[in-house]
Amino acid sequence: MTSEYAIESRGLSKHFGDLKAVSELDLKVPRGQIYGFLGPNGSGKSTTIRMLCGLLTPTEGSATVLGTEIPGNARYLKPKIGYMTQKFSLFGDMTVFENLQFMAEIYSSPRASRTARIDELLEKYDLVDQRRQLAATMSGGQKQRLALACAVLHHPELLLLDEPTSAVDPQSRRDFWANLFRLAEGGTTILVSTHYMDEAERCHRLAILDHGVKVADGTPQQLQANTGMHIIEVLADDPYRAQEALDDGDEIASVTQLGMRLRVLIPVQIEDPLGKVKGLLNGHGVQAEVRTTTASLEDVFVAVTMGTEGHDA
Amino acid sequence: MKSLHRLLAITKKEVRQLSRDRLTFGMIVGIPVMQMLLFGYAINTDVRNLRTAISDQADTHLSRQFIAELRETQVVDIVAYVTTPAELEEQLRMGEVSVGVAIPADFDRRVIDPERPAVHLLVDGSDPTISGVANQLRNMPIAFDTSAAMRRSNNIEVRPSYNPERRTPVNIIPGLMGVILTLTMMLFTAVAIVRERERGNLELLINTPVSSAELMIGKVLPYIVIGMIQLALILVVGDVLFQVPMRGSVLDLYLASGAFIAANLSLGLVISTVAKTQFQAMQMTFFVLMPSILLSGFVFPFDGMPKFAQYLGEMLPVTHYIRLTRGIMLRDAALIELYPELIALGVFTLLAMTGAALRFTKRLD
Repeated sequence: MTSEYAIESRGLSKHFGDLKAVSELDLKVPRGQIYGFLGPNGSGKSTTIRMLCGLLTPTEGSATVLGTEIPGNARYLKPKIGYMTQKFSLFGDMTVFENLQFMAEIYSSPRASRTARIDELLEKYDLVDQRRQLAATMSGGQKQRLALACAVLHHPELLLLDEPTSAVDPQSRRDFWANLFRLAEGGTTILVSTHYMDEAERCHRLAILDHGVKVADGTPQQLQANTGMHIIEVLADDPYRAQEALDDGDEIASVTQLGMRLRVLIPVQIEDPLGKVKGLLNGHGVQAEVRTTTASLEDVFVAVTMGTEGHDA
Repeated sequence: MKSLHRLLAITKKEVRQLSRDRLTFGMIVGIPVMQMLLFGYAINTDVRNLRTAISDQADTHLSRQFIAELRETQVVDIVAYVTTPAELEEQLRMGEVSVGVAIPADFDRRVIDPERPAVHLLVDGSDPTISGVANQLRNMPIAFDTSAAMRRSNNIEVRPSYNPERRTPVNIIPGLMGVILTLTMMLFTAVAIVRERERGNLELLINTPVSSAELMIGKVLPYIVIGMIQLALILVVGDVLFQVPMRGSVLDLYLASGAFIAANLSLGLVISTVAKTQFQAMQMTFFVLMPSILLSGFVFPFDGMPKFAQYLGEMLPVTHYIRLTRGIMLRDAALIELYPELIALGVFTLLAMTGAALRFTKRLD
């Protein structure tokens, strides 16, 4: 019997001494989807991933991962998951082929099809020319593709990727995500942590973590539709003075500068937000164009993490 | 079957990495050869040619005969003749000589008087070995009739059974085998595992189906072979350069060495579960290595140590191994006769392995 969820966690918590790295996390990760963990460094993304694959024992709570109870018999889980660490963790003094061969042996992949499988992966992840190259001498993007190839070699049902793109250039990131979508289409569930907004936007669903607490989850569209904020864009000749003017407004939740533009967040219960912003700007004699707009994921992130960090205005 | 395949995959990877690590590879051969040359040629407890000054105030036929005999012993090398005992002391203090021989003016009369010593030896006591050697000179017969005196002084004859020429390398090399294997085996295993933790490889490995036992045994296997290669190297160099005898059975020696290597590898595993960095692993290895050199009977005779130091020594695998190697190589003892040492090594391995297995978990917390 298989549940419709690859991962279901209930009140999962991890404390390191006084530090609550993860607090009472409830997660439901549907099968065959790319599920994102969005959050700044130290928000508990890595700790959660490590708990889900049995590397860390939860202080409280539990999870069911591919039908296996965590904490408990994580070893039944190991053959079914692929894991990519934040830091490159393959063997730098072995070649690309040797690394893949080693992983194939460790996962007891069938001997007859082993070489064929490795060739297929080299082809798929564009590593054919690097076949005999020592892993340590490769570029960041190549290392990352090798790590992904090793993680998927044994056809895992679940892929856990811990900030996989933190050390690669934008083009490699795009290619990497194309690979992830291909895997998801093939039925693999993917849990990926990131602190890039554009990556989070690509996920089917995502959870935003802040200081170990899940502050929001849903599809990117749901999250953007339910920020609980009016989003107002201000185009000013002097954005600095405009920001000063807006800082006086008590009802303004947050002001973020993006070049010449300011993004202003005002809670939905405030009426006529546009008029409020215009009033403040006119009061300080600032010339500006003001219009309402739709929320970006960045706005969502700012809105949901305000409770824990206090607002910037 | 799967388990065995995983274990062999780890071993294969380890050998492959080892063959690319020139430094470690060099150490496998370099450490034993270097240490053997150093210890074999530098350490010599059978001291000869001590620099000696003589003050002969008697200057008689008998005193000159005595000096000639002294020179013949080859224990001393007479480098200076001075006039007064005070000058002897000065030479000694300045470090010019290690021994001063003072022959008083009434030497001839003292020789026939058993109550009074005929000669005074001034010895540099700051080096215990030198004063020990100079003590041998006390037994030298001095009389007008030398042969009569010889008969009298030979009440007890010492027969050095297994090393009649008293060559130090014969004693040092079997002990050195223990010290070299302690250093390399412990260091290699400890570093091999800690390095993977440092580089992050371990986080990847423990997320695969590899079990702790497969990982540990797989990593350690190549080093057992390396230990055996080092042993062969030591035996060959010991035979060629120092003519160290191999009186017992080579098979016995290899069996004993197997037990000893197992003990050291398990200790290396324990270290690897405690140390966070390669540097820490190295420090901990030397923490064990120093007592292994000093308290094992390798350099200083075990029986001469204080009781407390002896107890500490008994806890070190190398102490038992040195008894085994000296027994097998020098005294032609059979392994079975030395069984208490084997049992000690076995118990040690068992305890260390249990400790390592308990500490090494497939988790990060």
